[in-house]
Amino acid sequence: MSAAVAPSVLATALLVARKDLLIEYRTRSAFLAALTFALLAVVIFRFSWDPTAVAAIDLAPGVLWVIFVFSGLLGLHRSFGGEQADRAIDGLLAAPVSREAIFLGKSAANLVFVAAVQLVAIPAVALFYDLPVAGGELPAILLVALLAAVGLVAVGTLFSAMTVNTRLAELLLPMLALPFFVPVVTPAALATARILAGRPLAEIGGMLKLLGGFDLIFVVACTLAFPFTLEE
Amino acid sequence: MAGAPSTPPPALEAVGLRRVFGPRRAVDGVAFALAPGECLALFGPNGAGKTTLLRMLAGLLSPTAGEARVAGRPIGEDPAVRARVGLISHHSLLYAALTARENVEFAARLYGLPNPAAAARQALERMRVADRAETPARRLSRGLQQRVSIARAMVHEPDVVLLDEPFTGLDELGARALTEALTALRAHGAALVLVTHNLGEGLALGTRVAVMRQGRLVDERSRAAVDDRTFAAEYRALVEGGS
Repeated sequence: MSAAVAPSVLATALLVARKDLLIEYRTRSAFLAALTFALLAVVIFRFSWDPTAVAAIDLAPGVLWVIFVFSGLLGLHRSFGGEQADRAIDGLLAAPVSREAIFLGKSAANLVFVAAVQLVAIPAVALFYDLPVAGGELPAILLVALLAAVGLVAVGTLFSAMTVNTRLAELLLPMLALPFFVPVVTPAALATARILAGRPLAEIGGMLKLLGGFDLIFVVACTLAFPFTLEE
Repeated sequence: MAGAPSTPPPALEAVGLRRVFGPRRAVDGVAFALAPGECLALFGPNGAGKTTLLRMLAGLLSPTAGEARVAGRPIGEDPAVRARVGLISHHSLLYAALTARENVEFAARLYGLPNPAAAARQALERMRVADRAETPARRLSRGLQQRVSIARAMVHEPDVVLLDEPFTGLDELGARALTEALTALRAHGAALVLVTHNLGEGLALGTRVAVMRQGRLVDERSRAAVDDRTFAAEYRALVEGGS
């Protein structure tokens, strides 16, 4: 064998993430599906909304997070689905790289995917619900969305790996992942509501810390659990 | 004993390998050892446990009992040991949206090769598919995909190559390129395990021959001890009659 040095965890994660993003860029299958779902959901929610009964500012945070969660699940399901075709996952697992690095790489690619959907969905919701995002609200919402996305992606990537070999993968992934999304989505939706209500940013500091804490727990726990999901 | 010459460990060794799926013993106490440069041709009917055995030897599946070793070191979580193994499956292990070059280069980077682009080019040239390097894998025929898959598996010049029906889908040119690549690897000291249903292919490449049935090795001997004229009948008797 030639003088090879197995890549580090970071280098492997970047390799895997780059490969996944390149495949998604070429096929655009998951992104277009998630984006279409997100935009259709924004429109449907908009036309089923009675503005005389519920104020836009009260409804929008819920709409935003329902869209994020379900459009994200669409992409997360395909994360390992693509690896199963022609058993490319075997080539990845037989390589001299750690399983944890593979998980981090796939999570990083999924994070970019979810963030890209959010970047389109947030302005779309703001437009349809005439939300006050001209001031400092937009960067604050983006920060909350990014922090929440880290936790959602970690859990979603783990369950995607667990369910991909099952017959009902598309049903099982949301069933397993959604309960774990609650600790992330709840503070994120509350923080979004307070931002849109024009409350001082200091008020959401505790929620940001909570999101950061859950991110840390989920990323560490899911990274450590991932190798066990690969056992047949 | 101090000063006694130490025997180098086998290139590949299976020690009492067993794998159980529920009540079924897919692989049951398989043991063999291959020296560098040896090729084990492994025959057996469908469901005999050949692929499961290969997956354990590749470190993709944990054995229920026993151990697989490469150069005396257990295969499993140790990346340095996995780096010495190449796997050719009856699946292509390729990403359909990536080109042939990108697929092989991705593998070369995963194996930490110092010049992945050059290694990928060489591997594709060796399998005579370099002219299709920029074609996405999904647009390649089954035979060309198999050649790219073989290039991917051999890009890091492994010491142990595990081959599961590698000739499936290959045309004459591809089959010749594969045979030459395997012969060159053996000449450099690589040990091979070749799983095939084609007795002729196996006997042409093997230095040892084994037959697997219901998870067990029911016959294992040197290639020199095999009579080509009678082996087909012996094989049928082993897998059907169960001697």
